[in-house]
Amino acid sequence: MHAIVCIKQVPDTTDVKINPETNTLIREGVASIINPFDTYAIEEGLRLKERFGGKVTVITMGPPQAREALKEAVAMGADDAILLTDRAFAGSDTWATAYTLSQAIRRLAPFDIILCGKQAIDGDTGQVGPGIARQLRIPQLTYVSRLVEIDPASARIRVERLLEEGREIVDCTLPALLTVVKDINQPRYPTFLGIRRATRMEIPVWDSQALPEANPEYLGLKGSPTQVVRIFHPPARSGRATLLTGDTPAQIAAQLADRLLADKVI
Amino acid sequence: MSGLIVLAEHCTACGSCLGVCPFGALSLEGDTVVVGDQCNLCGACVDACPSEALRIERPQAAAEPDQASYRGVWVWVEQFQGHACTISWEMMGQGRRLADELGVALTACVLGHDVAHIAREAIAYGADRVFLVDDPTLAVYRTDPYAAVLVGLVREHRPEIFLLGASARGRDLAGAVATDLHTGLTADCTGLDIDPETRLLRQTRPAFGGNIMATIICPKHRPQMATVRHRVFEVPPRDESRVGQVVCVPAVMPEERIACRVVDFLLESGQVNLADARIIVTGGRGVGGPEGFEPIRELAAVLGGAVGASRAAVDAGWIPYAHQVGQTGRTVKPDLYIACGVSGAIQHLAGMQTSKVIVAINKDPEAPIFNVATYGVVGDLFEVVPALTAEFRRRLGR
Repeated sequence: MHAIVCIKQVPDTTDVKINPETNTLIREGVASIINPFDTYAIEEGLRLKERFGGKVTVITMGPPQAREALKEAVAMGADDAILLTDRAFAGSDTWATAYTLSQAIRRLAPFDIILCGKQAIDGDTGQVGPGIARQLRIPQLTYVSRLVEIDPASARIRVERLLEEGREIVDCTLPALLTVVKDINQPRYPTFLGIRRATRMEIPVWDSQALPEANPEYLGLKGSPTQVVRIFHPPARSGRATLLTGDTPAQIAAQLADRLLADKVI
Repeated sequence: MSGLIVLAEHCTACGSCLGVCPFGALSLEGDTVVVGDQCNLCGACVDACPSEALRIERPQAAAEPDQASYRGVWVWVEQFQGHACTISWEMMGQGRRLADELGVALTACVLGHDVAHIAREAIAYGADRVFLVDDPTLAVYRTDPYAAVLVGLVREHRPEIFLLGASARGRDLAGAVATDLHTGLTADCTGLDIDPETRLLRQTRPAFGGNIMATIICPKHRPQMATVRHRVFEVPPRDESRVGQVVCVPAVMPEERIACRVVDFLLESGQVNLADARIIVTGGRGVGGPEGFEPIRELAAVLGGAVGASRAAVDAGWIPYAHQVGQTGRTVKPDLYIACGVSGAIQHLAGMQTSKVIVAINKDPEAPIFNVATYGVVGDLFEVVPALTAEFRRRLGR
């Protein structure tokens, strides 16, 4: 069983504070973390290895410091790690990112399964997973909340997907690409031995030269169909709440009910 | 040389750009700004620079020579078990507005089995033409047969804009179709408008959990594709007297070539459907345990709303993940959001702060939730929430 896990290093946005005067992000002291959804993908890969043997390869595309995210995945138990980094990759939108990752994954074949988080918390697009699957021409199973059955020998998988109306059970062939939601498992912590291994590990760095099959026209800014033309800060919600007070909870409730009915939201 | 260029002779090392960079990629070295590897070429610094010392140089990608031959606006109409999803009618309203602005036709793509009635609905909601693909292989949504149909139709008929709802299925499908067509896709747009000079679709979307907004264009590839979140736009009025053309189109993938098979669907109880709910009552850490959700559920039931939860409550195991609102849960935009014992961590606010009216009930008057709330009650949720339930039960006669 060869599981490939695609991860992204993101700012720990749960720590991000907004400067109330300028309405800009305060980035000082904000740590970089593995995209939280990707940690569930790593965990699922590790569980497959524990059940069936084989290995887990983690891959990321990003600036050189994204190496730290890979080391964390290795500390959790991943066997191999690949860092895709090159100025030629900078400015990639989701199309170019999926293209570049899929080119690298071709070099890592054969594989049974590709695991991704459902989306990254900084971009929130959820497009790179499907993009990789289509580039590699393998089926995609998004929003997976449970791996019901998997049989590497017959190359079949059954998963549960979390959709708006409920949970869908789907059968599919392997290899396939899965994007996972938080429900699927509880990621483990790095182990002492894992941390020691990660510290010593030399992580291979692949630049655009390492992807000889890739069309240079499809990389980075040049290969990105979309362009950001403006970034702005949304106007903050107007000030603080109107506080409702009263001698008893019933009085407060009556006031609140008056307001909500007047606002026509009930 | 492409990328972010610093014109050293203009740079005054004032530092204005440092704070606006969402990626922390800029630093001051001596009397000029240095661009680090984290730069994503988003351009926030270019707008912030008072001395025009920053510029983004873009390589000239070869435009598709026949870009002008792409005409018309398309909308994918999502259906579940033979019923159209309201998000698609919201898309239809936007599609109609954009098509009118561009002076082109609006086309709806209806895929499913026994769904001819949805094609007629699509016309009532604004479509000039409907591609109806009615086939047993399309009865239940699956990526491959759906994407194959849409990719084929786009290649043949060449629309300039293609909109899909940002539901789980919509995002799954849009990502696949845009990849095959090698075109740009902008997820979760909250604003769509046409640049009158270039005819380009300007797509505005939140990033970093709604802390910044980005406007994105797709200048050289067609169609310009976007997904839009549920309840960002209104459902347009339905006009049964409208006329339009229904074009029947065959499916393109036979069953034996489709890798996936949907074997079961477990419908959740109606209470959880946060995406559609007009009223959401949410419990946070302050509810104290699984039994603390009881008063929350009672209030939601009286109001006909859904029950939400903060990450803290879900992580504590008090309520399933399907209820989680926030950056790692669902983004919601109800008419009324009642947060009970929710402190208001930024990741939670990112998932609900665009709600129309927000009520915060919390013991701690300093809780950040009060900064986004319309009405606040500083008090014990176990007293206030049951009182509110009783009050509404009386007034609404429920």
